[in-house]
Amino acid sequence: MTAPADKPRLSREHMLDLLKQMVRIRRFEDKCAELYTQEKIRGFLHLYDGEEAIAVGVIPVLEKRDRIVATYREHGHALVRGVPMTKVMAEMYGKQEGCSRGRGGSMHLFDAATNFHGGNAIVGGGLPLAVGLGLADHMQGTNLVIVCFFGEGAVAEGEFHESLNLAVLWGLPILFVCENNLYAMGTALALSESETDIQRKAACYGLISEVVDGMDVVAVEAAARRAVHAVRETHKPYFLECRTYRLRPHSMFDPQLYRDKAEIEKWRPHEPIQRFKGWLEANHMIHPDDEARIDAEVDAEIAQAVAFAEAGTWEPVEQLTRFVHADSATPAGR
Amino acid sequence: MQQEVRPATKEVTYREAVREALRDAMKRDPRVFLMGEDVGRYGGCYAVSHGLLAELGPERIRDTPLSESGFTGAGIGAAMAGMRPIVEVMTVNFSLLALDQILNTAATVRHMSGNQFAAPVVIRMATGAGRQLAAQHSHSLEGWYAHIPGIKVLAPGTLEDARGMLWTALQDPDPVLIFENVMLYNMTGKLSADAGAVDIDKAAVRRPGRDISLITYGGSLWKTLEAATTLAADGIDAEVIDLRSLRPLDDATIMASVGKTRHAVIVDEGWRSGSLAAEIGMRIVEQAFWSLDAPVGRVCSEEVPIPYPRHLEQAALPQPAKIVAAAKTALGRS
Repeated sequence: MTAPADKPRLSREHMLDLLKQMVRIRRFEDKCAELYTQEKIRGFLHLYDGEEAIAVGVIPVLEKRDRIVATYREHGHALVRGVPMTKVMAEMYGKQEGCSRGRGGSMHLFDAATNFHGGNAIVGGGLPLAVGLGLADHMQGTNLVIVCFFGEGAVAEGEFHESLNLAVLWGLPILFVCENNLYAMGTALALSESETDIQRKAACYGLISEVVDGMDVVAVEAAARRAVHAVRETHKPYFLECRTYRLRPHSMFDPQLYRDKAEIEKWRPHEPIQRFKGWLEANHMIHPDDEARIDAEVDAEIAQAVAFAEAGTWEPVEQLTRFVHADSATPAGR
Repeated sequence: MQQEVRPATKEVTYREAVREALRDAMKRDPRVFLMGEDVGRYGGCYAVSHGLLAELGPERIRDTPLSESGFTGAGIGAAMAGMRPIVEVMTVNFSLLALDQILNTAATVRHMSGNQFAAPVVIRMATGAGRQLAAQHSHSLEGWYAHIPGIKVLAPGTLEDARGMLWTALQDPDPVLIFENVMLYNMTGKLSADAGAVDIDKAAVRRPGRDISLITYGGSLWKTLEAATTLAADGIDAEVIDLRSLRPLDDATIMASVGKTRHAVIVDEGWRSGSLAAEIGMRIVEQAFWSLDAPVGRVCSEEVPIPYPRHLEQAALPQPAKIVAAAKTALGRS
């Protein structure tokens, strides 16, 4: 086989699948926001509105055996990875049928079956973990690719620098994907970084580092194919900065005092779903029927997920301390 | 022809006992490796791993940059992916730079992920004062770690435990922290030639006695035994309990001893306020109050950053004379 692995597959079927995955995330999260106002979902809820092209462009390029480390804005990553929407929604509700038994909630989606190593709610905290997953692969010779997602806010953390240094120093197969949405919660990039060109900062560690328009799903996928292919072949790390914009508030508690509405409106035309639809229409790759079909399928899946979560059950309080340690080990709380 | 007789015991230092435990673990299990600052070419900050690089190579005796959070997180990630890393942190003071990874990931991930992921990593570090290393290398923070659900905390105080706790810790499906008191590394004694794994969940009665229970661990064990000898000369028969495991605590052994002696003094090199000694004292009050004939006493470090000059450093620490005085106070013999 000599077919280059890094060429995007431009078939109509594949394009429609990319669109569907983005719509799945958007509509799922729209539903979550609605359920939040109904107090079905509590705690923090960080939405990915505007950034969907990144997860959808990167994750399908991976193999099943590869591993993913994500952030607290990870609903999209889990859904695209194949964590069933039913289990993700049940987790949002805190029900024990959820993908983390209901114990993690929105910020801590885990799924061992798909090697989804979790939403990490410590900014930068996932990077050392990814280094360790890469180190295990290096020592075991399993030829995996580890993908680590994080926001540009993590770049200010020491763990970012420690991890890039270690990954390059030890030659570990990690694709670092920086989702640069320009705001670390409410602090603009220019107010938190001495060098606002993240890709340039990463390149100092001596790895291939590139920038892609993170709101163009085809461009993200093309870059991800190149990157994943390179990591798999060379077993060395690779850095991909995806430039994007978060169209919704940081979380449901955020009054957005730090940015103008006009700025958000300026970005809205760039949002990845409408933009991709426009591109598909211009290239005659989509019919109105396709859109209607995708919407209907996604709506049905969401309805099923909500029904599943509603029907879910609360973990008995008697199990509160279970799995602090493995069951056979010390009883919890001693 | 004279038959060679194998010696039943050999003279070793505590340092050598730990080194033998490391060597043995790596020979028995290919998943085990050691990483940390200066563990390889330098031979270990306290020379524990001296010579192991030549025997086991740089993949398994892995020098790391000064990135406590990065490499501790890497150990956690590697453990999550099937390896059995031993992470060495130079001193407990430096481990604070890795506290995010230890608490927010290692201790948390099994419960938070609904039992899907775990981090069976062993993290070793030096603790304690006495070498005139001043206020950033001399503290005893193991009691802080013993506060955290999801990890086990060990304090080997004897050669047998220095040799035997590591292997048992490596078999544990969850993270285990091992605290080695810096004043013990040069301690010499006889160790059985076939010394091996020991349990890590029971306290040990190091000196049986009838009159008072002196409860301690780690570097303070030997000071407490010395105090017991002094007390014996005054006709006081002290029982010395070596906790061995600081989390979980072996309440049964503590309460059995206090139930017998009806008096207790806790000796802990940590600071007094909010200390492990406070926890043990409260457990005695909760579980053995009606057995007590006198208030529970404590000998802890003075509440100062450990100072450099020897006389001040020694004045800040628990000493045999203070333990003797506390025991006599508890017995109304002062």
